[in-house]
Amino acid sequence: MKFDGVAFAIFVILFVFVTVVGFAAVRWRRAERLNSLDQWGLGGRSFGGFVTWFLLGGDLYTAYTFIAVPGAMYALGAVSGWFAVAYTILVWPIVFILMPRLWSVSHKHGFVTPADFVTARFGSRYLGLAIAATGILALMPYIALQLVGIQSVLQVMGLGSGTGLVQDLPLIIAFVLLAAFTYTSGLRAPALIAFVKDTLIYIVVIAAVVYIPIKLGGYDKIFAAVAGHAKTVAAAAAAKHTAPTFALLPSAKSYWAYATLALGSAMALFMYPHAVTGVLASKRRETIRRNTVFLPLYSLMLAFIALLGFMAIAAGIHTTNSRLAAPLLFQQMFPSWFAGVAFAAVAIGALVPAGIMSIAAANLFTRNIYRDFFRPAASPAEEAQVSRLASLVVKFGALAFVLGINTQNAINLQLLGGIWILQTFPAVAIGLYTRWMHRWGLILGWLAGMTYGTVTAYGVSTPTVAHFAGSTAPIPGLGQAGYIALTALVLNLGVGVVVTAVLRAVARRTVGVDATQPDDYVVDLPGTTVAPTFELAGTEGRRQTI
Amino acid sequence: MDDGERVRVTTDGRPPRMAEAPVVYIISAILLGSAFVALLWVPSYAKLTPDFEGIPFFYWYSLAWLFINAICQGIAYLLLVVMPRRRRGLRP
Repeated sequence: MKFDGVAFAIFVILFVFVTVVGFAAVRWRRAERLNSLDQWGLGGRSFGGFVTWFLLGGDLYTAYTFIAVPGAMYALGAVSGWFAVAYTILVWPIVFILMPRLWSVSHKHGFVTPADFVTARFGSRYLGLAIAATGILALMPYIALQLVGIQSVLQVMGLGSGTGLVQDLPLIIAFVLLAAFTYTSGLRAPALIAFVKDTLIYIVVIAAVVYIPIKLGGYDKIFAAVAGHAKTVAAAAAAKHTAPTFALLPSAKSYWAYATLALGSAMALFMYPHAVTGVLASKRRETIRRNTVFLPLYSLMLAFIALLGFMAIAAGIHTTNSRLAAPLLFQQMFPSWFAGVAFAAVAIGALVPAGIMSIAAANLFTRNIYRDFFRPAASPAEEAQVSRLASLVVKFGALAFVLGINTQNAINLQLLGGIWILQTFPAVAIGLYTRWMHRWGLILGWLAGMTYGTVTAYGVSTPTVAHFAGSTAPIPGLGQAGYIALTALVLNLGVGVVVTAVLRAVARRTVGVDATQPDDYVVDLPGTTVAPTFELAGTEGRRQTI
Repeated sequence: MDDGERVRVTTDGRPPRMAEAPVVYIISAILLGSAFVALLWVPSYAKLTPDFEGIPFFYWYSLAWLFINAICQGIAYLLLVVMPRRRRGLRP
């Protein structure tokens, strides 16, 4: 693609600005010392409603939003693309219900990760290890998706068309910068950049959804063009006796796929450790609930961005690489300078979540693997240092995903992570309400779900991609396609319940010790408050092993 | 917020306000659950018509639920957080 000097200059200016902000963040809400995980990894647990809104919303506004969702709308239509709108609506009631409890118990016991909670709740560091390992694994493709997002805008700007190292150089520079300021500033860096990022994104999205439809003749014209496109695709498919790949509406064959993708993704999002990070970093319990009333504004923006995929169809953009659909649309429709702003918004919008995600993965490694298994006596300063180093390792793990998996159908990267992370739902989410489930039941259920999910996803192929080509597969016994994550979760729960019932009958004494009290789950609840007593040092139950 | 004016209440492991006001809990559950029923029951809205200014029903109906759900969450927040605070004479 042709190199666009003006767009690139604007892009670089904004990018440099953000980098400066990232390094300066170390001074923001300055703590006496940054060398504890609470400070480095949770910003001192000091964020009020406004910052929390940006942090939580930032979990939604990633390259997923700007690259993957419009790409899926462009290439596949309603089922694989628009489900994201239903998903991002349904995620907020789930947050409303679950997250205040998780905040309270974490605040009381000083938990930093969801695996910290599970370890203490079920008295099993091995279960904690399973949860932590799943979190790290599931974040890899999600961080990889952010890299793909940056790569896409660079490609459309005419960079990265060389060979070898030259091709990857811009991406590597962006990545090294990200690694450097996350290393020094911790969560403060992405939290502060999130302001810049979301301001840019709101400007770009509002411009796009007003300006582009005017140029294309209105939303009715856009949908008419998409309907025409759907007919063309269907006719071509019928001629070849294959199933059409593009859908304007879900058909009877895809109702289940649509519903399970939406529900599974919504249940999965706040199981991701980086989403939990945003929750735990808030200062007060009810900040989260109040926020869920306003967070759907992010979902609305996501819906508008999704429609960019349809606008790309109406604008006559042709690419076999669907992840370029939105950037190409910006390039065609906007003047160069504003395209530069839009590209910067996408790239910075990928950088912030990638930072938060790598911090979350690093915290998991430090707390639930390094400390619980190797250095039980690790000091807070040592934990923070290990996390810093681990955040670097995690970022390079994500690079391996970019190289190892076909990234064209970018939305699949996020869905793949969802298959894994949803298997932590029984321990983390259900564990907030009951510890009836036996720790071994949870471990075996998790194992069953992970195995089924991974094997099934590995087996999904298309003519061009041999493995991990999609995230839906026939639901056994139903004959309809569904999101693999939910099918695996049902299996997970089934195994967990059976094993629990058996063990509770024959081996009562193996249930494990619960380090939490019922009152811990309502710490800071307005009206019926139990005074928060915040303990930094882990939990009493964590050394209780299987 | 000032911690001094709070009252410690023993919860006995039950969600404390559920015993106080079960109706509030039931209403909140309906408010928070409605979007799931509406959006996951796909055949009920996977239609082209009635359209809105050329936007198929399927698309604008999803967006309408975005707003309805936000309002429902707002009401649930008032019921579960703001009102109990007022009842106990705490600052809202």
